[in-house]
Amino acid sequence: MSSITDFLQALSQYDFLQSALLTAIMVGVMSGIIGSFIILRGMSLMGDAISHAVLPGVAIAYMLGVNVLLGASIFGIIAAILIGFVASSTKIKMDTSIGIIFSAFYALGFILISMAESSTNLHHILFGNILAVSDSDIMTTAIVLGLVILFVSIFYKELVITSFDEVYAKTYGLKVQVIHYGLMLMLTLVTVSALQTVGIILVVAMLITPAATAFLWTERLLNLLILSAVMGTVSAMIGLYLSYTLNWASGPAIVLVAAIIFFLSFLFSPKQGVLLKTLKQRGGMK
Amino acid sequence: MLVVKDLTVSYQEVPVLANINVTFHSGKITGIIGPNGAGKSTLVKSILGLVKKQNGTISYNDQSIKTIQKQIAYVEQRKNLDLTFPISVFDVVLSGTYAKLGLFKNPGKLEKKQATNALEQVGLLELKNRQIGELSGGQLQRVFVARAIVQDAQVVILDEPFVGIDLQSERAIMDILHDWQQKGKTIIVVHHDLNKAPQYFDDLVILNHGIVDFGPTSAVYKPENIQQAFSADLSHVLFKNRQEDQTK
Repeated sequence: MSSITDFLQALSQYDFLQSALLTAIMVGVMSGIIGSFIILRGMSLMGDAISHAVLPGVAIAYMLGVNVLLGASIFGIIAAILIGFVASSTKIKMDTSIGIIFSAFYALGFILISMAESSTNLHHILFGNILAVSDSDIMTTAIVLGLVILFVSIFYKELVITSFDEVYAKTYGLKVQVIHYGLMLMLTLVTVSALQTVGIILVVAMLITPAATAFLWTERLLNLLILSAVMGTVSAMIGLYLSYTLNWASGPAIVLVAAIIFFLSFLFSPKQGVLLKTLKQRGGMK
Repeated sequence: MLVVKDLTVSYQEVPVLANINVTFHSGKITGIIGPNGAGKSTLVKSILGLVKKQNGTISYNDQSIKTIQKQIAYVEQRKNLDLTFPISVFDVVLSGTYAKLGLFKNPGKLEKKQATNALEQVGLLELKNRQIGELSGGQLQRVFVARAIVQDAQVVILDEPFVGIDLQSERAIMDILHDWQQKGKTIIVVHHDLNKAPQYFDDLVILNHGIVDFGPTSAVYKPENIQQAFSADLSHVLFKNRQEDQTK
């Protein structure tokens, strides 16, 4: 327990830790919200793909000295379009198309990053380094959080209906592709923000694990979004604490916490918990 | 009156529908029947603008169908939906108002009232807070019919609405269809069960890649048409039963 007091004391003392906590919370909230729509649309693999595909954009942005968000967004959207294009214009299935495009982008990103090695640290991009968050990083993260909340509140009913019943949305003339690519854009922005926190490899975990956990607890979409954001935030905070105290890499620490919360929910959630279901069945058999 | 003219649709160069010419009348319930793979769903999807057509035009009261897209309601097959989705019965029905609301506007009191009324009409008001996966097939079908009520469109297209549903739901849905018929809407139903076709539909379209025949059910529902679209055996069984029914 003394480590918790140590952590809290350090938190009041060190700016870098406060910045880390603030970023962790913001990333937890935004990835929880966008992640909810990703899992409901059955796009977890797409989320993984886009989060990896931004790597060349990150590298080029570093090289040119422009904002990372810009570079990442461009490559994220290009990847999303290419994936859709390959799948729709050939007989190749979506998951195969995703696999080809994202690995190609990821590979290109690696090569570009190694060319720019002097100014960036590959390890940090891959696994996150939340303890080295700069003020401008916090600013960027706050802006992305704002954009995510704005996007979801403005297009809430469109996001719901295209996720649940895309055919119906098409029949009344909704431009479902615009909503799709809007969501993909948000996904790339969240990815870049989460880069700092959990690293590019584990972004997908921040997107889908808290949302999947929340999905086990509720049958209301609004509750799902809120609960998913809370799960993301709690994971990020506990992960940060572990990372600071035990000197673990922040990304893996946060992701492991999220996975443990998922596992507990998997066992104990009232409606879908495996343990309770089994107990009920046994009870029913007697 | 909804007119389909010279419609041709192919999937990856395999023609599914060729030179379809057919008219759906206002104030009538029209059934589309035909064997599996005859292109029934493709025909309604063309009307809805969901599939690309190689050739042909579709118009409603002499206007291009595109300009009145929002005047067509579609009740799709239930099996295409994700029933684990965290959405309530009420919210599904409420989504019927989205077409008229457009972007940036959220459903208000009026829209919620409409959804409540529609649920009452299909007899599901007491289930309005259920997650949709907790309903039976028939109840679920009624939910989507309720959404079409809320949409208040001039043309309503239903794809296999009577598959695997209970009698109570079937009756509730037929009541709604008759109500729409009274209001002069154009109602199009894709249907598989030949037995009940004459009792459900005013008009029939018999389809098998091309139009076999269409017109008033009494004129179109006859052995030679069924034989041509389906098989001689089926035609024989159906019309033999019918004759027996009549002699009883």
